[in-house]
Amino acid sequence: MRFNIASLLAGLLFGLGLIVSGMANPEKVLGFLDIAGLWDPSLAFVMGGAILVGLGAFAVARRRTLSFLGFSMKIPSNTHIDKRLVIGGLAFGAGWGIAGFCPGPGLVALGAGEIKAVVFVASMVAGMAVFEVIERRRIKT
Amino acid sequence: MIEIAWSNFTPWSALAGGVLIGLAAASFLLLNGRIAGISGILGGLLVPGRGDIAWRVAFLAGLIGAPALWILAAELPPIEINASYPALIVAGLLVGIGTRYGSGCTSGHGVCGLSRLSLRSLVATLSFMGAGFLTVYMIRHVMGV
Repeated sequence: MRFNIASLLAGLLFGLGLIVSGMANPEKVLGFLDIAGLWDPSLAFVMGGAILVGLGAFAVARRRTLSFLGFSMKIPSNTHIDKRLVIGGLAFGAGWGIAGFCPGPGLVALGAGEIKAVVFVASMVAGMAVFEVIERRRIKT
Repeated sequence: MIEIAWSNFTPWSALAGGVLIGLAAASFLLLNGRIAGISGILGGLLVPGRGDIAWRVAFLAGLIGAPALWILAAELPPIEINASYPALIVAGLLVGIGTRYGSGCTSGHGVCGLSRLSLRSLVATLSFMGAGFLTVYMIRHVMGV
């Protein structure tokens, strides 16, 4: 129960951060990605602010085997750099550049009742489902 | 030569929002021991294991519910979505497949991965940032949309 409440609060805080930062607005995101046009560097400050806090948190987390609520620390240990990582990143980046939405802001805009965000999120979930089907077929063969 | 759009530049709200996002990722990490990777949290719901559903739904409910909480206190900032419906569908499919295939998005690789100084996440972040810059360049300056 405590785990779920902490998840809810983290999600809520994350969403508020996306709204405050301007990330929930695709036009703002595209203004950042448009370096050849009139460039809006704001989103570099979003990343900077988030990483500044994150660096401290991960430094603390690294020294712990259990979280403050007593759960096991599940920090990724994979250091493998492969084709999947890069191709997946390129595909995601292309989609991000087309609409200005990445997953978090898509969900926040959906929560704000934007019909276009509903379409984006539905396609995104469909894309994830396509991945699962391909992945299962790959593992079987 | 890069021209800055000074009239759109919002460094303080961007920084404040970034700090909130960092605090969200930090509290999720330190309280629950997990990475706040949104594509992973959402994608994991498609192949759920036992006891692995409620916390994912709770996190996503918080994210989706944030605008509702916001409007209790203030007017929601504008959300301008200029992409057409076909473009949104293509974008959604690419984001869905790409984030799962590359094991993360702007939150998991970008925020959390870079915060734990992961070289793997740096490569992923450079890949999606590079593709994002290139895609917007192609759409706006080559195709002229």
